[in-house]
Amino acid sequence: MAKKLMKGNEAIGEAAIRAGCVHFFGYPITPQSEVPEYLARRLPEVGGKYIQAESEVAASNMIYGSAGVGIRVLTTSSSPGISLMAEAISYIAACELPVVLVNIMRSGPGLGGILPAQGDYFQATKGGGHGDYQLVVLAPSSVQEAVDLVILAFQLAEKYLTPVMVIGDGMIGQMMEPVEFPVAGVGPPLDPGNWALTGCKGREKRIINSLYLDPVECNEINLKLKAKYDLIAENEKRWEVYNTDQPYDLLVCAFGMMSRICKTAIDDLAAEGIRVGLFRPITVNPFPYEACRQAIDRAKRVVVIEMNMGQMLEDINLACEGSKQVDFYGTAGGVVFSPDEAQANILLSLNKIPGGFKRKAPATSRKKTARKKTAKKKTAKKKTAKKRKPR
Amino acid sequence: MKKIFAHTTGLTSKPTHYCPGCTHGVIHRMVGEAIEELGIRERTVGIAPVGCAVLAYEYFNCDMFEASHGRAPAMATGAKRSRPELIVFTYQGDGDLASIGMGEIIHAANRGEKITVIFVNNAVYGMTGGQMAPTTMPGQYTTTSPSGRDPAEVGYPTRMAEILSKLTTPAFVARASTHSPKEIIRTKELIKQAFRYQIEDRCFTFVEVLSICPTNWGLSPRESEKWLQKEMLPYYTLGIKKSPEDFSEEWSDGRH
Repeated sequence: MAKKLMKGNEAIGEAAIRAGCVHFFGYPITPQSEVPEYLARRLPEVGGKYIQAESEVAASNMIYGSAGVGIRVLTTSSSPGISLMAEAISYIAACELPVVLVNIMRSGPGLGGILPAQGDYFQATKGGGHGDYQLVVLAPSSVQEAVDLVILAFQLAEKYLTPVMVIGDGMIGQMMEPVEFPVAGVGPPLDPGNWALTGCKGREKRIINSLYLDPVECNEINLKLKAKYDLIAENEKRWEVYNTDQPYDLLVCAFGMMSRICKTAIDDLAAEGIRVGLFRPITVNPFPYEACRQAIDRAKRVVVIEMNMGQMLEDINLACEGSKQVDFYGTAGGVVFSPDEAQANILLSLNKIPGGFKRKAPATSRKKTARKKTAKKKTAKKKTAKKRKPR
Repeated sequence: MKKIFAHTTGLTSKPTHYCPGCTHGVIHRMVGEAIEELGIRERTVGIAPVGCAVLAYEYFNCDMFEASHGRAPAMATGAKRSRPELIVFTYQGDGDLASIGMGEIIHAANRGEKITVIFVNNAVYGMTGGQMAPTTMPGQYTTTSPSGRDPAEVGYPTRMAEILSKLTTPAFVARASTHSPKEIIRTKELIKQAFRYQIEDRCFTFVEVLSICPTNWGLSPRESEKWLQKEMLPYYTLGIKKSPEDFSEEWSDGRH
């Protein structure tokens, strides 16, 4: 299948259709508004239904109603909108309904800003709504991966009858990249199974409910959900390690777009003969603690880099169990480390390693890189000078 | 012997938890009979609210949802738009619909969702123990208006049927009451009419039903019926407030 250049938000919308999801209920919010815009145009073409809700509160309850009657359904939003959905998400998780939510994260707290951030990691992975429920949370680092993970999200939601959230920062939603859809056309509809409310013709009535006034019964529901989340954790953890074929001194831990920026920094350092590995969780919940620990065990020190004030850091510390020093560098508010800034932070951590770190590359290649960098800087200076002249 | 009264198939045989004298059971029965008589039970999905009728999913003999507080019209939207062949109704109280769920009901009505909303107005929060509702009458004593509702402080009671009837989108909006057998029969007629419009895929349908709450009003059932007539009826007038036939063709092309 040919690759197509698409904006992340539009690719997410198309991915849902390819997964067989032709029902969308949502509300506009920057930086995810291209998803509802794309689907408002596209869903009528495939016999689907697009409804613009009056609020995220309503949108999230519409997907509750839609999933409850056995329909594959999607909603997308951005950080403040996801906060408003927290109530319905808790109900949906309690009622064990398969829905997919996408959070194209912007900066917070409060109204925050509209630029990319990763400040909703806790909200997505540790709760957000009330009660003992969990979301399966997937974190893509490219538009292609966003497509793949949206399709996977529907598969997981239906396999385990549970809400699944894809979290991408604003960059994933707004940038254009070539994408390939693994499925042609519209996927088959959801099998309503033995739980959906489709009318009680020829069977007993069904109830979709999360009220259990009997404490023993309510406890049992919580135990049942816990067993399901444990099973998901056993089967569905996904992660990526990068530049870990050879021994490395430092392990960088990052997720989503930040991991991709770190990869560039790691490549640049590798060109200078400095070996740094990367661990990137793809399922940020369930978090791949064991795989993370294995990667940590091979390093002398660990550095976590995020577009927040240190949220995944807590999971890395849980994986690490105090076995290594863990540094953290983060930005928020829409400020994003450039690859050079990420590299500078990685070097700060490298320099903290007692006894230093190895540098293996031949001197010639180092000089080459150094020259390149100087040349780049000169060009940059010229450009700035040019821009400033007219003022 | 000829059987002249039987259990309706629209309700399960489960005994309800409602207080003695409460008219929720009567309204349940009217909805159940309407569902049975229209032959729609096997394709009906009901949505229970949060409030006194929270356990309504146990009583209606059709597929049932339990909603979060006030959100039933949004859930009904999701269900009906996803499976238009279903008959979808919500059953909501005044705290649920007129307070926390004001946004959801207005917008569901304004979008013209082809659903049926049964709105039970007893001028008080029942389940939580008799607090003031948006529908509480001026001067009415509740646990959170211990000196009586003061309109200067908290405004006047919300008249949901009137509010919804002012929207441009075609709808069937009516108010009925349960204070006498005659009005109970009328209530059932209006509920049936609402479901009929939904079956015909005509419009949004809404029936407000005035109900008594002897427990939280601190009155006997008989006194409660009198109080409803004396205090509520002049303010919450009965009748059909809007019919789809009223729709002005002026707006029908949607290009204004």
